[in-house]
Amino acid sequence: MTRSAAQPLPQASTLEESLRWLRIMLTIRRFDETIDELFAQGKVHGTTHLYIGEEAVATGVIAALQPGDVVTSTHRGHGHNIALGGDINAMMAELLGRETGYCRGFGGSMHIADQSLGNLGANGIVAGGLPIAVGAALGFQLQQQSQVVVAFSGDGALNEGAFHEAANLAAIWKLPVVFVVENNQYGMSGSVKEMFALGHLAERAAGYGIPATMVDGNDIFSVWEAAGQAIETARSGSGPSLIEAVTYRYKGHSKSDANRYRSREEIQQWRQRDPIDHLKEYLIANGADGSSLAQIQREVAQAVADALQFAESSPWPDPSMLEDAVYAKEDGTHV
Amino acid sequence: MATETSRKLTMARAISEAIDLEMAADSRVFVMGEDVGPYGGIFGSTTGLFTKYGPNRVIDTPISESAFIGAAAGAAAEGLRPIVELMFVDFFGVAMDQIYNHLAKNHYMSGGSVSHPLVLMTAMGAGYNDAAQHSQTLYGLFAHVPGLKVVVPSNAYDAKGLMIQSIRDPNPVMYFFHKGLLGLGWMPSDDRAVVTVPEESYTIPLGRANIVRDGTDVTIVTIGAMVHRAVEAAEIAAVKGISVEVVDLRTLVPLDTGTILSSLKKTHRLVIVDEDYLSFGMSGEIAAIAAEQALEYLEAPVRRVAVPNVPIPYSRPLEQAVIPSTPRILDAVTYVTEF
Repeated sequence: MTRSAAQPLPQASTLEESLRWLRIMLTIRRFDETIDELFAQGKVHGTTHLYIGEEAVATGVIAALQPGDVVTSTHRGHGHNIALGGDINAMMAELLGRETGYCRGFGGSMHIADQSLGNLGANGIVAGGLPIAVGAALGFQLQQQSQVVVAFSGDGALNEGAFHEAANLAAIWKLPVVFVVENNQYGMSGSVKEMFALGHLAERAAGYGIPATMVDGNDIFSVWEAAGQAIETARSGSGPSLIEAVTYRYKGHSKSDANRYRSREEIQQWRQRDPIDHLKEYLIANGADGSSLAQIQREVAQAVADALQFAESSPWPDPSMLEDAVYAKEDGTHV
Repeated sequence: MATETSRKLTMARAISEAIDLEMAADSRVFVMGEDVGPYGGIFGSTTGLFTKYGPNRVIDTPISESAFIGAAAGAAAEGLRPIVELMFVDFFGVAMDQIYNHLAKNHYMSGGSVSHPLVLMTAMGAGYNDAAQHSQTLYGLFAHVPGLKVVVPSNAYDAKGLMIQSIRDPNPVMYFFHKGLLGLGWMPSDDRAVVTVPEESYTIPLGRANIVRDGTDVTIVTIGAMVHRAVEAAEIAAVKGISVEVVDLRTLVPLDTGTILSSLKKTHRLVIVDEDYLSFGMSGEIAAIAAEQALEYLEAPVRRVAVPNVPIPYSRPLEQAVIPSTPRILDAVTYVTEF
């Protein structure tokens, strides 16, 4: 399942493309590390769920999408929006509560959406996006369009009624949906070992008549290949699939998490299998030079620093706008 | 009644202590919910219980709220006394059918044959920028449905006594704790909620309001975290020579109408402070009671200070603008006084 770095690049994946993926993964990581630091400094409030350690999943899946395809995201959604090409200035501004943010300060970390990129939205409710994903897919099917929907969720979402109902609906109507389950081993403190009586979460899909596969979520090439196949199946009208991407979150579930339910050793072991380190080794074994990788890393750090600068110099929203977005305008204009 | 003590507790500690005492006293009592076990509950309401009572009485569940709330109803029907936690009141949508069609109605529909003595506890409230799906109070939604009792403590003493009473109540009780009152290290908390709490077991009856401050000119009726904002406003008003009585309802169902009315007959002016949305909620209900049963005593229009009809925004200046604040309460007090 996991590819060794000595293997050649998979077909149809060029070195240039792989370097682009590295840039995205590094951006996700640096962005979320920055958010973590800002939280500690008291500049970001509420809560936030960091994608650190899981970067290969969003990046690999979204790399297999085509323009016009859409995703539904989760409470742990920064990575999805960045992989879609999201504007990190507007993301950072949103997290800092500024008017230049994605949601003008209304939403924050858990509610970033960008229809223009195909992101129907992050979501504060576990499994809340799954029925919406199915509905978006129904919309494409009814309008005889060829787009595909990727519905991201965590492992915990598979125990929600909304997942069950959405999966069945997608299956009976052969909707163009790919359920991507980011199995990061824990739903908050609930270990998948305790919360499922399954060896692998992918096995659950059989109950809905949905084909499923399990991949190493820390190996972007495995993720990308599995996603490509599932997306092609959906696009061809053959119905939904489920991908279980096995990965790990290094940080706590959210800012309230003291990590009491797992060991330092376990976290350390997963860090040995870091998805970014893995991709770097792979690229170097396939001809990339170390200095160009370091250059990408520097550029990413600068871009995130610039985003922070943009956000911190942006104005706070004025309470006079509070009611602006409660209802859509009759004339179709936006707030 | 409780004996004298000088021990002060946070509200989170008071809640976990109440549950601990009832679990020790009654083997039918058990706790179920997400992260209630070794984690101790995300808001500390079950801290220490897993170690003391083990996994058969402190049960971690999957993220399957409809299933575990329904399961609690079933266990209660079979003689147990479940305490169920669903982390945030904002999350109740996923389990609402079990709550408002089953838990609330089974006793009635069955002619009293089936009952569900359980406590469904949850965190509520804004003030720390957690946005629209993690900041609501929504107690009015549950108070609206006949068959559920609704408890909203404002301090550690009440939290303990009301929890023990809720566990012993033969009905389903929704118990709301405000995140900003709990005294958690990782979240801002109101020191006014940290009060002296006796170590032994005691109860506070459901449906009995608490007059937290006596006054003669204006009555403020409120609940939960807003009790402390109202008291602050009353303290400032006192300097200006306005005497404000603050009524902490403590429970919405049952509602202590008698205390509200006797206060109005004394002060003749009413301000309602509510952290729920303005429309169709607690503030409207109290205003309606005043209009129906005390109109002849009122010398000024009723004023309501509540969250305007917008989802709770994320950004700090926006959020602060929607949560009832001490200055907004003072404005309302001034208005009814000068009318």
